[in-house]
Amino acid sequence: MSDPVLSIRGLTLALPKGADRRYAVEDVSYDVHGSEILCVVGESGSGKSMAANAVMGLLPKGVRATAGEILFDGQDLLRLDEKQHRKLRGLRIGMIFQEPMTALNPLMRVGAQIGEVFEAHNRLTPAERQSRALELLIEVGLPQPEKAIRAYPFELSGGQRQRVMIAMALALEPELLIADEPTTALDVTTQAQILELIADLQRRHGMAMMFITHDFGVVAEIATRVCVMREGRIVELGAARDVLERPQHDYTRALIEAIPGNHIPESRYLDPPAPLLEVSHLHKVFRSRGGLFKSSREVHALDDVSFILAPGETLGVVGESGSGKSTLGRCVVRLERPDSGTLALSGIDLSSLKGEALRRERRRVQMIFQDPYASLNPRTRVGMAIAQGPIANGVPRDKALKQADQLLELVGLGGVADRFPHEFSGGQRQRIGIARALALDPELIVADEAVSALDVSIQAQILELLEDLKHRLSLSLLFITHDLRVAAQICDRILVMQHGRIVEQGSAREVFLNPQAAYTRELLAAIPGREPSLASA
Amino acid sequence: MLYARLIASRLFKAVIVLFMIIILNFFLIQLAPGDPAAILAGEAGATDEAFLRQLRERFGLDQPLYVQLWRYVSGVATLDFGYSYRQQMPVLDLILARLPATLLLTGTAFVLSLVLGIVAGSLAAARVKKPSGSLIMALALLFYATPLFWVALMSVVVFSVYLDWLPAYGLYTVGAGHTGLALVLDVGKHLILPATTLALFFMAIYTRMTRASMLEASQQDFVKTARAKGLKNSVIQRRHILRNALLPIITLAGLQAGQMVGGAILTETVFAWPGIGRLMFEALQQRDYNLLLGIFFFSAALVIVFNIITDLVYRLADPRIKEGS
Repeated sequence: MSDPVLSIRGLTLALPKGADRRYAVEDVSYDVHGSEILCVVGESGSGKSMAANAVMGLLPKGVRATAGEILFDGQDLLRLDEKQHRKLRGLRIGMIFQEPMTALNPLMRVGAQIGEVFEAHNRLTPAERQSRALELLIEVGLPQPEKAIRAYPFELSGGQRQRVMIAMALALEPELLIADEPTTALDVTTQAQILELIADLQRRHGMAMMFITHDFGVVAEIATRVCVMREGRIVELGAARDVLERPQHDYTRALIEAIPGNHIPESRYLDPPAPLLEVSHLHKVFRSRGGLFKSSREVHALDDVSFILAPGETLGVVGESGSGKSTLGRCVVRLERPDSGTLALSGIDLSSLKGEALRRERRRVQMIFQDPYASLNPRTRVGMAIAQGPIANGVPRDKALKQADQLLELVGLGGVADRFPHEFSGGQRQRIGIARALALDPELIVADEAVSALDVSIQAQILELLEDLKHRLSLSLLFITHDLRVAAQICDRILVMQHGRIVEQGSAREVFLNPQAAYTRELLAAIPGREPSLASA
Repeated sequence: MLYARLIASRLFKAVIVLFMIIILNFFLIQLAPGDPAAILAGEAGATDEAFLRQLRERFGLDQPLYVQLWRYVSGVATLDFGYSYRQQMPVLDLILARLPATLLLTGTAFVLSLVLGIVAGSLAAARVKKPSGSLIMALALLFYATPLFWVALMSVVVFSVYLDWLPAYGLYTVGAGHTGLALVLDVGKHLILPATTLALFFMAIYTRMTRASMLEASQQDFVKTARAKGLKNSVIQRRHILRNALLPIITLAGLQAGQMVGGAILTETVFAWPGIGRLMFEALQQRDYNLLLGIFFFSAALVIVFNIITDLVYRLADPRIKEGS
């Protein structure tokens, strides 16, 4: 094998005092060779991005290298001063970040932002920079590149912005490209396109690439070699095929197993006598209000949506962003009022209720939100956060708080009622969110992307908890997700939504093994790392 | 095209708002205690009923309220703001005579505070946790906390009385007969103390706000992107951080600009600056209601104009803002 482009030797990065551990990464060594993709995999807090930040000279404040070296082209990057390091960034080492929504300056045109890379390294004249930018936009496959170069980031979709980021990172043809979770924030079909683009560009330019991800599906898709990290240490390093098929370390095995797999459980669902929720011909249109001097704009978030949900059933709603799946969830809990159609919960039409009657019935449908960090009031103790719902419904305070204790016990968090949300991890907060939803003794729970923000191992635990609670409390679940693998795991039946319409519905097995709609097939094909056995089954 | 339509729509709304302000002001003045005719008569030394009636008739005060309102509104529509009983001059002439001095003072203070505040705030943000940055913030806090009139008096004591560098009061040297460039220089010299005094408070606010806003912007992901490109720190500070940090400053600057007509009463009084602020103060004391109404109208109009300008500047600064969203 040729000399590595990048060689990390015994790198140890110390965290500032008071952090939850001493080292961000400890004694980490790996090489990245030309024309290969090294995937660095780990869950949040594993330190997987830290070494990359050290390579770029972009370590967060307070984090410093205490041992080891990072060799790039014969020099130790840790010994460079800021000015020398700056000359490498963008020119010889490029980087792509996770959040395409925020990683571009919102006030600058795309062309200017790409042009800056040349400017930073004194290359080309301003006019040449723009023509190079245009070539780059064409190379990364942006539609209408002549228009896109004049566009502001907010005028582009997430996938398009990520293409701009890639164009920027490629501008000066760096020898090493670092991609930090570049597809995590994208829809599954967009993710598949971007992964293909990255792999294709890496091959064509013969770059060395360090690809940081938490997703073993993505690893299976593009990795040449894999480095698995946990709590700042490398637990496994080897060729992609070896690691994926014969993981040596227990942790790697656990991570791979924790991915909601290709095994689809047999549906337990039998035709019940009466549906719990019956939704028929639901419509919801969002209008930007027109004024004296402008016309209004309409978006059909829900377009003639009809389905039924049986008692004790888990119904999955799957779709990409903008498909209307969240609006559907919000209509079911009546946070949003549908324009027309009915939403009958055991015969009572929720869509037309108002005031006191709505307050009474609303209790029966509760919601679990996506972001466990944002959905709890940071200044309210978690016991109180859970008790507030019952108190508002007339339960005496003492009784409600006692009940909150029991609920926390139920979700596996006993004796923590007087703590504040910031004292909990993401997974624990989501358990609190579940306890809060259960406090009003609902019949139906709407879980909107309830596990999307969590690491896979935590995800598996929360899904297990939901499944368990559902049986014990005989709940029904409307499970909204963009992640088909998760949906396959726990749903009895699945609705696939696109542009506000249901394009397919059926039992989980039918939808996954024998998809009828072209869009469903497209979604399934886009899942990274999906084994061909399932697709052809 | 988009802007033309935007401005047209804003002006249309502005006219409605202004009309409502006129009516509201009219009724507010009606609520004020005291009969203007009685006060006028009192100052003239006559209190007999016939003279009062004559005064009321002459100024239309004997008419029913709706007639008075109609007369006033239709007058304003033709730029006739009535007659100041006290100063024996049309209100419009009085205001127009004082307006330039006030706009010169408040406009200078506005530009001064904005420019210095943003520069000082950027420096403080770039030097966060360093002594020089802390010093800037300490000074800003001092200016923010010190009462305006005290700064005004002290600056007169130090720079005029003690050091004798700058004139203590007035718009220009009375009786010097300066013309042309000499007059400009003379006015400039008179302007320094009041403008600086007036600017300090807002400068302190802009400094604090720019710094906070820049520190927040520097945490954003696109700053990391900019660093990954290999851009120099100074370029990142200016082009990426400052530009994004300026948006809240524009809002605040719009508010300050709206106060340019009426916001300098204290400074104008201390420095004997012949501006609107003092005119308003005098009108208030003398119950010169027509004059007060006229000044209110001009202040309100200026607030509205600057609101429209702020909106336009905001749209130029932030491409994400589209009409109506």
